[in-house]
Amino acid sequence: MNFITFAKWLETAPTWIATLPKWLSKFVYQLYQTFVIEDRWKLFLSGLEMTFIVTIGALIIGVVIGMLVAVIRSSHDLSRGKPNFLLRILNAICKAYITVLRGTPLMVQLLIMGFVVMVPKTNFDTVLCGIITLGINSGAYVAEIARSGIMSIPAGQMEAGRSLGLNYVQTMSSIILPQAFKNILPALGNELIALLKETSLVTTIALTDVTKAAQVVTSRTYDAFVPYISLAVIYLVLVMALTKLLAVLERRLRAGDQH
Amino acid sequence: MMKMKKALALVLASVMLVLTLAACGGETAEKLVMGTNAAFPPYEFKEGETIVGIDADIAAALAEKLGVELEIKDMAFESLIPAVAGGSVDIVLAGMTVTDERKESVNFSDSYATGIQSVIIAEDSAIASIDDLAGKIIGVQTGTTGDIYCSDDYGEEAIKRYDNGALAVQALINGQVDCVVIDNQPALAFVEANEGLKILDTEYAIEDYAIAIGKDDPELLEKINVALAELKADGKIDEIVSKYIKAE
Repeated sequence: MNFITFAKWLETAPTWIATLPKWLSKFVYQLYQTFVIEDRWKLFLSGLEMTFIVTIGALIIGVVIGMLVAVIRSSHDLSRGKPNFLLRILNAICKAYITVLRGTPLMVQLLIMGFVVMVPKTNFDTVLCGIITLGINSGAYVAEIARSGIMSIPAGQMEAGRSLGLNYVQTMSSIILPQAFKNILPALGNELIALLKETSLVTTIALTDVTKAAQVVTSRTYDAFVPYISLAVIYLVLVMALTKLLAVLERRLRAGDQH
Repeated sequence: MMKMKKALALVLASVMLVLTLAACGGETAEKLVMGTNAAFPPYEFKEGETIVGIDADIAAALAEKLGVELEIKDMAFESLIPAVAGGSVDIVLAGMTVTDERKESVNFSDSYATGIQSVIIAEDSAIASIDDLAGKIIGVQTGTTGDIYCSDDYGEEAIKRYDNGALAVQALINGQVDCVVIDNQPALAFVEANEGLKILDTEYAIEDYAIAIGKDDPELLEKINVALAELKADGKIDEIVSKYIKAE
């Protein structure tokens, strides 16, 4: 263990640091201790990598599941007369999925997936377990967001598409969904931001994401201030970058609008 | 009508203010706030809503000696030292080992118990001694001495950190880790509670448990040490320990 006390560190540090006010030199020491000693920045970096992998993986799974569920649910709700048998079954499954996944805490879902259902053994499996759990969870929320988008498109659009000779799937994929996607983008952005922050819960299944990295550093340096404030700043910067990215995407999609 | 409402609001607000002030002024001096991580049997664990165990009982005995009221806060193990250093709790009893690093942040009382870091393995495990741990996946509780020793000895890759000991042991039962390094007393409790587990004969490390107290409160440290010595002298500590740990 390379624990260096503040006093010892001051002796070895460049002399100008000793001339600083005590609180400032102590702060430099805390920074040094949090990031430099034992190359702890690498721990933060690999944690950040894990956070990215889990977020992106879960995002993909969540959007795929969410879109599928939304199409099934809204097809069911929008169909004239009694929907056919298969659609009714699928709709019931989707409803149950949304109810269960939104009705239980993500933490509980992670505990169940990590210690009861999937029981991952290798590191790779553990990451996969985290991605799948978060993805399935996020899918339930994306489904309802996407459904609101599909339902917001006037029925006339579907009727127009069908009367032009497009079949149901073609109309859905090339007329309804593109318009719906534009409408739900802000809400989808919300979900993505929430997802990014929720990845911090994967510490439960012993994944070392950036949150766990900060916790580990705190347990080594016994300083909570710098690691946790840095952690908050890291998440904040990530979310701000994401917000910016979403704004650009939104502007692009609005470029074709003529209002 | 409006006026009456306003008057009523004013009266309510002032009553609340007085109550708050009274609550602030009255009790702070007579309360001893203890921080712990109540997932560490038999030192601290929850029985229903209340936190019990060796540490909780010792703290209660200390509080009685000091003539103060004890309040126990349950928090994550890794945040205990920052909490006591920052003053949000007065003392920490959490089966905490005295280390030089921790001494930089807090003061430690005299030791009240000896802790042993044990290795829990599956009964049919190929691990026969500490030497066999190399290359294995080791489950630990985040921030404990087991975590610190093992990640120093075997590197980050070999360590899986869980939020508490029970989850680490569950992972061992599931075969997600090859062994769990944790303090001996909880290890005994975990092995007793779960079939198919055993403790390695050789211990991983031996260490002293003590009470952590903020560096800015040397007076409290003094008082705690005196009270602790009295409790040791009249056999109260032994009594508490034997209440939770049956002699073999």
